[in-house]
Amino acid sequence: MDNENTAVLYKETLYDKIFRPQIITLENGHTVRRRRSRTPFVLLALILAIVWALKMTGFDIRIIVSRFPKLLDLMEKLFHPDWSFFPKVISPLLDTIKMSILGTVIGCALALPVAILASSNINPSIVIVSIFRFVLALIRTLPTLVIALVCALIFSLGTFSGTVAIAIFTFGVVSKMLYESVETIDMGPFEAMEALGANKFQAFWSACVPQILPVYLSHSLYCFEMNVRASAILGYVGAGGLGITINERIGWRDYEGLGMVLLSLFVVVAFIEFFSAYLRKKLS
Amino acid sequence: MAKKIQLENFEQTFDRKLTAAEAYAARPRKWMLYTLIVLIIAVLVGWSSSDVHFTGLTVTGTEVAKGVLHGVFHPDTGLLFGTGDTDVPYLLMQTVAIAVLGTLCGAILAIPFAFLASTNIMPKPVAYVFRLLILMIRTIPSLVWALMWIRVTGPGAACGVITQSVCSIGMISKMYITAIEDLDTHILESLDAMGCNAFEKIRYGVIPQLTASFISTTIYRFDINLKDATTLGIVGAGGIGASLVQCLNSRRWAMVGAFVWGLMVLALIIEFVSTRIRRKLAHGA
Repeated sequence: MDNENTAVLYKETLYDKIFRPQIITLENGHTVRRRRSRTPFVLLALILAIVWALKMTGFDIRIIVSRFPKLLDLMEKLFHPDWSFFPKVISPLLDTIKMSILGTVIGCALALPVAILASSNINPSIVIVSIFRFVLALIRTLPTLVIALVCALIFSLGTFSGTVAIAIFTFGVVSKMLYESVETIDMGPFEAMEALGANKFQAFWSACVPQILPVYLSHSLYCFEMNVRASAILGYVGAGGLGITINERIGWRDYEGLGMVLLSLFVVVAFIEFFSAYLRKKLS
Repeated sequence: MAKKIQLENFEQTFDRKLTAAEAYAARPRKWMLYTLIVLIIAVLVGWSSSDVHFTGLTVTGTEVAKGVLHGVFHPDTGLLFGTGDTDVPYLLMQTVAIAVLGTLCGAILAIPFAFLASTNIMPKPVAYVFRLLILMIRTIPSLVWALMWIRVTGPGAACGVITQSVCSIGMISKMYITAIEDLDTHILESLDAMGCNAFEKIRYGVIPQLTASFISTTIYRFDINLKDATTLGIVGAGGIGASLVQCLNSRRWAMVGAFVWGLMVLALIIEFVSTRIRRKLAHGA
């Protein structure tokens, strides 16, 4: 900065070589470079993407405008829930909650050892770490609904398939979040324990586990929140719970009933979210 | 907390630090908390397992499992690399197109919602009303949104686009709100002191603070929407899901395998790219 006339404060990329930076001379004689903005380039790419996407999807705003009253009509019915339908919602709603609890617990229990094996600061073998991570990434790419459908075909229709689907989904998500958190823990205490003569397991148990446990519980709660919402639709493919009722109501065009189902789901989800946010705040 | 105060008192009255043995004896004991957590989980599991019965495999269960595995290892390559309207590449592109449009519309629609629901901009009652609205949008599952929109637009990719635009508002505005509430108002004060007008204050004081996190949120949501777009097809909202489910139900395992491979590769690529862009945004490219 002192003796150089033009200070380069960034790494030159190909873009900067094509579009040379603007050189501005300051009042005191120094010159600084101002990078050419990338915004026009990004905007161009975005516009191209939108045009291409519009062509691919055949999206037409006119249809929405012309059919909008229909949606308003539907919405109006949704906001006048049919209260007499409530007794029929309770049982599938409880099924949904039970499915998500059991699925979350199973998935999280499986996730803990796998996540620890997939953390590069605890597992020294890069090969095993990469294999575990790749498998986890593959599991996460599968949509929950597709897993549920395959489970429903294998284990027959009902809550059991939903539980298995949620467990698989939870396993993928919690493992990933957990190994990312495990890699940020402080390994100092572990080394100190080893220096004091503890064996690897003792050191891990008393130096790493107390750091991992709160994070693990917090991730599990977060995943439980997601699962309650996700499991509500699993019934659509026959995996038990509220989804069956939702599908049935929509099939019969009983939007007042659907409004009731959604309202009860909304209350339960809001309650669980509030409670879990409170617990997670306490944990951190 | 009480224990900590006790310890401090001890140090004050005796005017010395605790010895290692004493500190160890006074270590926090969390076994009560842990037992409580374990008990709660055990009760919840006991309660919930009462209604989840393992009824054994279906008659065709093993056949399905074998079929899926066989399909995944022997995908229909003609379908996987074909260029027709019903082949994997076209359907994947359509899925991506749905996610692109849906995310963009959602991200734009979410901006007014987010500003209206931020407590540092709007009065609190208004903000809480909008938060409730956002929570409602988030609670209704995307599949239900799709089923409702289908009544309006008819089946097809356009329905998927609208569904995703509406669904995305929920999560995107929730994350926008966090960004807006973290705004550094000192910058606005100094712009005020320099004599900037309202437009300049927004252009140089607000927008630069928000763009990075807004774009990052949008890309993250794109990632989610893409996975969601694959399932929307199940109800007829375009994309790859419809064909996948048809093949599953009619037990054409090789085709199932081709679709699953396509999905996996696409999701892996998008996740990789989006993580890279978001990391760049977070560290200031």
